[in-house]
Amino acid sequence: MADRFPRGRAAIAGLATFGVGETPGYSAMELTAAAATRAVADAGLTLADVDALFICQPDDFFAGLSFAEHLGLRPGYTDNNRTGGSAFMSHMAVAALMLDAGYIDCALIAYGSNQRSAGGKLATRITHNQWDAPYAPLFPITSYALAAARHMHDYGTTRAQLAAVALSARGWAQTNEEAFARGPLTLDDCLSARIVSSPLSTRDCCLVTDGAAAIVMTRTDRARDLAKPPVPLLGAAAATWWNAIAQAQDVTVTAAKESGARAMAMAGIGVSDLKLVQLYDAFTINTILFLEDLGFCAKGEGGPFVESGTIAPGGSLAVNTNGGGLSCCHPGMYGLFAIIEAARQIRGEAANQQPGIDVALAHGNGGTLSSQATVIVGSMAAL
Amino acid sequence: MSGPEQQWRAALTQGRCLLQRAPDGRVIFPPRATAPGTGEPLEWIEASGRGTVYSLSWIHQRPPAPPYHVALIDLEEGARLMSRVEGTTPETLHIGQAVCAVIAGSADGPLLVFRVED
Repeated sequence: MADRFPRGRAAIAGLATFGVGETPGYSAMELTAAAATRAVADAGLTLADVDALFICQPDDFFAGLSFAEHLGLRPGYTDNNRTGGSAFMSHMAVAALMLDAGYIDCALIAYGSNQRSAGGKLATRITHNQWDAPYAPLFPITSYALAAARHMHDYGTTRAQLAAVALSARGWAQTNEEAFARGPLTLDDCLSARIVSSPLSTRDCCLVTDGAAAIVMTRTDRARDLAKPPVPLLGAAAATWWNAIAQAQDVTVTAAKESGARAMAMAGIGVSDLKLVQLYDAFTINTILFLEDLGFCAKGEGGPFVESGTIAPGGSLAVNTNGGGLSCCHPGMYGLFAIIEAARQIRGEAANQQPGIDVALAHGNGGTLSSQATVIVGSMAAL
Repeated sequence: MSGPEQQWRAALTQGRCLLQRAPDGRVIFPPRATAPGTGEPLEWIEASGRGTVYSLSWIHQRPPAPPYHVALIDLEEGARLMSRVEGTTPETLHIGQAVCAVIAGSADGPLLVFRVED
């Protein structure tokens, strides 16, 4: 693959979240539109400046069309890809290429869900394929459980190590006012939690919340003159190896291994340049797998890596500094929230602001460890 | 004429478990139209039914309903599929265990399941 990418030539110019946590009384599209108008205003732009829409909603397969209608826009390009929670990283890649080519001038990327208020369950119409469904795996947790069980078998990973991921996330969430789950959480709480699909318990699962998020992208030279510090996109890559977990060659290895390496190569950085990463933690095993596959530790060493406190507040690698999907929010497809936390850290305005962050990675996961997409964002100093 | 999925289901109804083999020797499941990655034609082969448990998860239901499991099975021909191993408990079923296929009945027709190999 050529992987020629316009490094740094497009940037996040505006960003916003809206209704994170519990926001009864709103439809998903209303939440999304509220985040979108706030992101546009954050950039110092108006809705009339937007000429391309990128969206992926859980409850509307024609969301791109509905979104244009709701906002009263007539976009010249509308993208409604359905690669799950990683869709937004792919949106950024496409938007950057189109911006750099001069095909569009202003991209709005948005997502929102009211799944907590609407029913309290993961809102999705996606389920297992016809080959797996007769055996009644739970969607999506059993697929992740099968990966976790094999990781334990191959590498001796323990439930306490999975719990360390949840405890680290909670540690970050406790000092983030936007985070939904900020109460105390102990190792014993995790180990004694009800098993849903072994080895995963309720404490290994992400939250079910409401929430919306949006970012606005323009060419970096234009973003420079707008309201907020630009956050240039340095690299972006997506990789898909399979859909159903039964088709993975090795369920402990994800396509993050490919998307991460390619995105970092485009950005001209390596893992040693990264002090802060946002990883889509739908389940605790995700964080372990992605830390390994992205290269922060060797395959099989993710368990001891997280158990030693490396990713908790005060550790040497700041991971999911908003509290992640496990403790901040998870309105169904979390990818855009990971991107926004990375961008806030670059802009210096995160709740748990880390010092001197000039480059950050946000990694998205879609389906059941299936679609993997990685973006690297930076400050203007990183150009 | 019918597609590979319907042919596979028809064979299962007759008590035969089929797999597909690519020209390079790779064995494929679930059935598909062409060899993954190359688009070459596939041929049907009969599965031996022998396999090993690659991974498993016990799904806990609201009591008193007992937990049930799903397992990923590596067939000796090389393909992997999701199924379950009948007559096992969390204490008796393990990754790496040798299993063999049986065709069971279900509300939706014949279903490929496994039992622990004697």
